[in-house]
Amino acid sequence: MKYLFLLYGRPDEQLPRPGTEEFDRMRAEWGAATGAMAQAGVLLDCAPLQPPAAATTLSVRDGETLLTDGPAAEIKEHFGGYTLVECADLDEALKWAATLPVAQVGKVEVRPVVQVVAPAEQPAR
Amino acid sequence: MFRAHWWAAVAAVTRQVGDLEVAEDAVQDACAAALAQWPAEGVPASPRGWLIGTARHKALDRLRREHRRADKEAEAMREEAAPQPAAGWAAGTDDELALIFTCCHPALDPAARVGLTLRSVCGLTTAEIAAAFLVPEPTMAQRLVRAKRKIRQAGIAFRVPRREDLAARLSAVLRVVYLVFTEGHLAAGGGMLIRGDLCDQAIRLARALTALLPGEPEVTGLLALLLLTDARRDARLSPAGDLVLLAEQDRSRWDRAMIDEGEALAGQALRLGRPGPYQIQAAIAACHSGAATAADTDWREIALLYGELIRYEPSPMVAANRAVAVAMSEGPAAGLVILDTVSGDARLARWPQLHIARAELLRRLGRRAEAVAAYEAAVALEPPAPERAYLARRMHEW
Repeated sequence: MKYLFLLYGRPDEQLPRPGTEEFDRMRAEWGAATGAMAQAGVLLDCAPLQPPAAATTLSVRDGETLLTDGPAAEIKEHFGGYTLVECADLDEALKWAATLPVAQVGKVEVRPVVQVVAPAEQPAR
Repeated sequence: MFRAHWWAAVAAVTRQVGDLEVAEDAVQDACAAALAQWPAEGVPASPRGWLIGTARHKALDRLRREHRRADKEAEAMREEAAPQPAAGWAAGTDDELALIFTCCHPALDPAARVGLTLRSVCGLTTAEIAAAFLVPEPTMAQRLVRAKRKIRQAGIAFRVPRREDLAARLSAVLRVVYLVFTEGHLAAGGGMLIRGDLCDQAIRLARALTALLPGEPEVTGLLALLLLTDARRDARLSPAGDLVLLAEQDRSRWDRAMIDEGEALAGQALRLGRPGPYQIQAAIAACHSGAATAADTDWREIALLYGELIRYEPSPMVAANRAVAVAMSEGPAAGLVILDTVSGDARLARWPQLHIARAELLRRLGRRAEAVAAYEAAVALEPPAPERAYLARRMHEW
């Protein structure tokens, strides 16, 4: 089963600048967490996101595309990245989610991914 | 008569078809079929085997009809083709444990865990659970459906947790059993003070868990605690339905057999040398049940035990209980000092017991005006009716 970890950081969190000791430590911590996932064969993809200010939220109503500047919901934490894993069940996914550094300061939402089978791949009935 | 088989049947069928909701509906249908057939055709040699077999066919029929979860169906069909064990086989105890661990999974809403356990493990109807928790039946039904859907969609596995997760997951299960009991013991806001059926269900669950996990002292400790507490059931209410405080209860009405069993279990658990909150609470309950009269109670020991309990449960409630024990062994002034340090906690502000405890200590210190104010604060929080009646009485007897 695929699980998407939505990584929510604190909005006031200042990420360290490249070249600083803090930046290297942050890289090392994330490298260790995602490296262990890759080693265990559960990691499919992961990436940080540009800040919420760079987000555009889209919706289509009556055929018209509506755009709003900013993230979809105003919440205290901001959605700052994602990790996609393939795990046997929720318990395994939760175990890996808890190893991410952001879990210590922000939150990780664990969302099961719906497996959509492309029409061509569907087995003949 | 089906309740004795419900847990095992739902567990076995869930294992076979891979979906709790489908399994539970099928077991329900199988029970209805049994009700129609058994009186005419006679009770089968193994009622449990019959229920599981019948439910399994019904579940597979439904999956086939709905053309859903093709893989599961195929898997189940393969199993069906495999030779079946002889009639009368019982579901493995692993399945029964898997079922209760699934219903009490920490990823589920806490209120839903309690309801789901009563439904899927104990076999209570949705209407019975709704009545016990004083919510409309559709609300409870929706809560249960949502929980079962989450189990399916989130990929909550139907199995006994891994060794490294067992301690945390077990404590979630014990919490649910404890909540079922306390809901029955002191129904919050309800007119009835003791709902015996919920207490019975909780004890049944704790008993079954003790049999399934004999080496877990906290499970045994919880069973001991529930037995020791429930032994006082008949003495807790006056003939008029009013609450009778522990100190004023007629101890000859306590259930001696339950107390003996509870004390033996508490001792057995503590001898394993891995103490925990339920074992300590059982030890506290045993201090009360072991005293021939209220005056004989070993309050020093109880104060010490509450001091231990705080290490596991650093809650203001435990601190307040410890204060009462200290007041009993060292005098009301000493207890009041502790109580006043915790009464500022926001979590306690809406807890009538705190105000009742303060009122009793102030009364013993002769500070009547302050005591009345504390009784009034407790009444203002709208405790259950029998408790309110007790407070109204207490305020006027000096």
